[in-house]
Amino acid sequence: MTGLRILLGAAILGGLGAAAPFTPLWLISLVTLAMSTGLVVCGLIILWRGGLVPFGQALFFATGAYTVALSGRWFGVTDAFLLIALAVIMAVLVAFVVGFLLAQYREIFFAMLSLALSMILYGVLVKSETLGSTDGINVAQASFFGMMPRGPGYTFALFWLALGMVFAAWVGVSAYLGSVAGQLAGAIRDNEIRVEYLGISVTRLVHLKLTISAALAGAGGALAALSISHVDPQMAYWTTSGGFVFVTILAGAASVPAAFLGALLFEIVRTIAVALLPGGWQLILGSVLLLTILFVPEGLGSLMIRKRVTVSGREAA
Amino acid sequence: MITVIAIVTDGLVYAAWLFVVAIGLTLIFGVMKILNVAHGAFYAFGAYAAATAIGLYFDRGWPVAGGYLAIATAAVAIGLVMGYILERVFLRRVYGRDEVVVVLITYALFLILEDVLILIWGTDGRSAYQPYTEAGSFTVGGLPLSVYDIGLVGFAGLLAIASALTIKRTTFGRLLTAVIYDRETAAAFGVNVTRVYTVTFLIGAVLGALGGALTAPKISVTPGIGVEVIVLAFAVVAIGGMGSMEGALVGALIVGLFRAGAVHLIPQLELFSIYAVMALVLVFRPQGLFSRVQPRKI
Repeated sequence: MTGLRILLGAAILGGLGAAAPFTPLWLISLVTLAMSTGLVVCGLIILWRGGLVPFGQALFFATGAYTVALSGRWFGVTDAFLLIALAVIMAVLVAFVVGFLLAQYREIFFAMLSLALSMILYGVLVKSETLGSTDGINVAQASFFGMMPRGPGYTFALFWLALGMVFAAWVGVSAYLGSVAGQLAGAIRDNEIRVEYLGISVTRLVHLKLTISAALAGAGGALAALSISHVDPQMAYWTTSGGFVFVTILAGAASVPAAFLGALLFEIVRTIAVALLPGGWQLILGSVLLLTILFVPEGLGSLMIRKRVTVSGREAA
Repeated sequence: MITVIAIVTDGLVYAAWLFVVAIGLTLIFGVMKILNVAHGAFYAFGAYAAATAIGLYFDRGWPVAGGYLAIATAAVAIGLVMGYILERVFLRRVYGRDEVVVVLITYALFLILEDVLILIWGTDGRSAYQPYTEAGSFTVGGLPLSVYDIGLVGFAGLLAIASALTIKRTTFGRLLTAVIYDRETAAAFGVNVTRVYTVTFLIGAVLGALGGALTAPKISVTPGIGVEVIVLAFAVVAIGGMGSMEGALVGALIVGLFRAGAVHLIPQLELFSIYAVMALVLVFRPQGLFSRVQPRKI
C-alpha cells in the first residue's frame, strides 16, 4: 500500500470524524455499529481468501464483547482503549487454543467445527447465571483518557474511537494481505499440497490467519459492546456468525474498504427492513443475499474494481 | 436406577426425533454435496402444516387413528411442494459452485422461509397435542412412558431399516450409491444425475417436514423452532460423518443419550454437552465416525 493511499484513507476517515457533530445521533450510532461489523468482516476476508469460511466467527466476537462487559463489572476497568486491548487479547488467546484443532480442517468441515465451537460458548453463556444468562449484562460506561463524556459526547467519542480502529485495521489488514503470508492465501485455496511442497506449513498459516481474524472479531465485539452498552448470548449465536458471512458475501473479498461499505449497507438495509416490514426483515435480508450470490457472485466490491479496470485499462488490484 | 432408565428412554426418544431430521440432511449432503440449511425450514413448515391438519381434523371429532394419517399427509405434501420449488428454482442454478456458496444460498432461503412462515401462520404459537394425549401412556417401574414416544422410536427404527434396504436392494438405491461415490463417472455410465438429485432432494425435504410434523404434537409450535433443530441436526451429521446414513443413526443416538444424561444429571450443561461431544468426536475422527477416506488431489 502506498503512502498516498494511507493519506487518502486518513483524510476520508478524518473528514467523517469532523462531520460527526453535524450528523444526527442515530446515524452515528448506526455507523459505529456498522464499523464493528466491518472489523469482523475484515478478519473474514483474510480467511475467505484462503478458501475458509467460518460459520462461528461469533465465538471471537462474543469473547471480545463479554471481555469488555466483565472487565468493567468484575475489575472496574473503564478505560476504552484498555478494554479493547483486553478484548483483543482474550479473542486471540481463544483463537490460539482452538486454532490447534480448527486449523486441521478445510471447507465445509472448517465451517461446521467453528460453528460448533461458537455454539459451545453460546450454551455456556445461556446457562450460567454469573455471566448474565439469556438476559446478558449491561456494559458500564467507558472513559477516554480519564474523561467520562456524557450524552451525545459519549456517542461522538465512541465514533471517533471506531474511526481510529477502522484506520488501524485497514492499514494492518492491507499490509498483511500484501505480505508473503497473505499472498499465499490464494495458493492455499487453489492447491494446498503444492504449497506444502514449497516448504510452507499450511496448518500454521491457517492458524495464523485464524488468530488475526479473531483479533479483529474481538475488537469488533468490544466496539459493539461499548456502542450498545449491553451484551447478551445472542452475540455468540450462529445467526450472528451468519450475518458476518452475509456481509462478506455482500462486500466480496476483493478489498478492505469494501468490507466497511458492505457492513454499512448491511446495517442500513437491516434498519430500513425493520422499519418497513417489522416481521419481515429476514425476508428482505435473505432476498438480498440470494440475489447477490446469484448475480454478483464476487460481491459488490468487485463491481468497483471491474469499473476501475475498464477506466484505466490495468489489472484489478 | 430410575434415573438411568429415564436417561435411556428420554435419550432414545430424543435420538429417534434427531434421526428422522438428520437422515434427510445427511442424504442430501451425501448425494448432492449440499449442506442444506433450509432443512430447518422444512422442519418448521412440517410442524406447522401438521399442527394445522391436526386442528382441522380433531375439531371435527373424527376417529383418532385418522389423525396420524393427517399428520403424515400434511408433512409429505408440504415437503414435496417446498422441495420441488427450492430445487427447481434455486439450487439447480448453483450446482457445481463452491460448497460454501451453496450453503449460503440455502442459508438465504432459510431466512426467507422463516419469515414466509410467519406471514402464513402468524407469530402466535400453536399447540396440537391431541395425537400425543390420545395415544395414552403407561407406567413402567414408576416412570410414565408415552405411547406416542414409543411409536416415534419405532418409526425411526423402521425408517433406518427401510433406508438401509432401499440403498442396498433397490435400483434407485444403487443409482444413489453410484452418484455418491462419483457423480461424473455415474453420469458417464448413463445415470440421469439431475433426476437423482431432484428425487433425493424431495425425499430429504419430506423427511425434514416429517421430523417437524412428528414433533408438533409434543411441543408448542412457535416460530424459530427451525433454527434450533438445524444446528442440532448439523451436530448429529458431523458426528456421524457427513453423508453417512449409519452415521446419522449413531450420531443421533450419541447426541440423544448425552443430552438426556445432561438434562437429568447436570441441566446447566444441556446445550454445551451436545457440542462438546461433537468437538470431542471431531478431534479424534475429523471427518466423523462413518466417513469414507477422501483421496487428495495433488
